[in-house]
Amino acid sequence: MEDLQRIIRAHPFFAGLSDAFSELIGGCARNVVFAEGDHLFRQGEEADALYLLRSGQVALEITAPGRGTMTFLTLGPGDVVGVSWLVPPYRWSYDARVVEPTRAIAMDAHCLRRKCEDDPALGYELMKRFVPVLSQRLQAARLQMLDVYGPDG
Amino acid sequence: MDQMAEPRMAHPLVPRVAHVRRRWRDGPDVWTLEIEDGAGSGFMPGQFNMLTVFGVGEVPISLSGDPADGNRIRHTVRAVGPVTRALARLRPGDPLGLRGPFGTGWPTDALDGRDVVIVAGGLGLAPLRPAILQLLARRDRIGRLTLVYGARSPDQILFARQQDRWGRRSDIEVAVTVDHATSPWRGYVGVVTTLIPRAVSDPANTVALVCGPEIMMRFAAAALTDAGLPETAIHLSMERNMKCAVGLCGHCQFGADFLCRDGPVFRLDRIARRLALREI
Ligand SMILES: Cc1cc2nc3c(=O)[nH]c(=O)nc-3n(C[C@H](O)[C@H](O)[C@H](O)COP(=O)(O)OP(=O)(O)OC[C@H]3O[C@@H](n4cnc5c(N)ncnc54)[C@H](O)[C@@H]3O)c2cc1C
Repeated sequence: MEDLQRIIRAHPFFAGLSDAFSELIGGCARNVVFAEGDHLFRQGEEADALYLLRSGQVALEITAPGRGTMTFLTLGPGDVVGVSWLVPPYRWSYDARVVEPTRAIAMDAHCLRRKCEDDPALGYELMKRFVPVLSQRLQAARLQMLDVYGPDG
Repeated sequence: MDQMAEPRMAHPLVPRVAHVRRRWRDGPDVWTLEIEDGAGSGFMPGQFNMLTVFGVGEVPISLSGDPADGNRIRHTVRAVGPVTRALARLRPGDPLGLRGPFGTGWPTDALDGRDVVIVAGGLGLAPLRPAILQLLARRDRIGRLTLVYGARSPDQILFARQQDRWGRRSDIEVAVTVDHATSPWRGYVGVVTTLIPRAVSDPANTVALVCGPEIMMRFAAAALTDAGLPETAIHLSMERNMKCAVGLCGHCQFGADFLCRDGPVFRLDRIARRLALREI
């Protein structure tokens, strides 16, 4: 248990988290390992976890009928996978496929949401860490959408 | 003194005639021309030539070959309009007009002892390739050397085989990312700026050379300053369009500078405020 809390705090996403908060969320965490080709989750499934990647590589993909599977982002050590656990109706909107064997901490979404409701200070602490990730991903998506490498780039 | 006896200086606005030796494809709509330039006198990485296709027009194109190759120069061209399409159609033996080299180069002579991060997007690797080759030729003089490259998709990666070869060397780190990919691609997907933090380990001692579409360069410059690099350590190549290449016509005026004469390579502190201006 203490070991998990140490791992959580060593992850860049939770860097500098207080003892009290890491103890609170430590109870929601478990160690997980995925092999190449495994899925952390698939589009449409319930978003029941947040993943803190410790090693390996994960591809976020969308499959469109007739167009095949398109990877729009790869994530690696130090990154977080999963945003939908925070936003109703808590469904994944893409697949997360393991490209290289991956170790991660999975945080149970029900548990995290409940603890955040019970303790708004914890909820705010999590938001402060999550919003920059969301904003970076939004900015990156905007750049991808601009298709800057096209002939008019 | 007899005026006729003086050596004839080439007029900077009059092209000399050179010939294509070889050509090969380097990506969709992208061709590299190897040109025999008998009158060439070497170039600095980052410089460009004005290339003329007779009867069609003249355009600025960066030198993309090895500065150590002497008179055998290379240009890598993406066919986007009338002149670049005509350039891409030239065959071995065909003549073309050539003026240059022009412009400021990358500060490769001022990098001794420094870590170097090269950030390239799309065709922006073409003007950086001579700098990479020169730095690899005197590798022991610099610290960590990293190439961070972004392209639209895996099939659009410029100089893909050479990047693979560089990636297998131990004296240069190569990180390639694409904006979108389909399943066979095993590399990174995401915008090039996401790879920048990992490429910088000692920001106070790092110099960055950046070339790509202007929006990408703006975001790359922001990511580099976020990683701790001062503006004075970031160099960008501003490849907006130009005409005379010698600072006369004003076509490429960028605030107080002419991109052709004062650039295309600028230090960020000189142009940072202007980069964000819509009007210029
Ligand atoms: C210093 C410098 C170095 C360059 N180096 C290279 C190079 O190594 N290889 C290469 O392929 N191109 C390079 N370019 C861009 C090249 O000069 C233009 O693509 C070319 O002038 C287009 O001429 P065109 O007649 O073929 O097409 P045009 O009809 O003039 O243009 C066709 C399309 O290309 C766009 N375009 C034109 N010029 C540029 C530009 N500078 N940047 C982005 N988009 C542009 C236009 O908006 C238009 O959509 C460089 C430009 C500069 C200023």
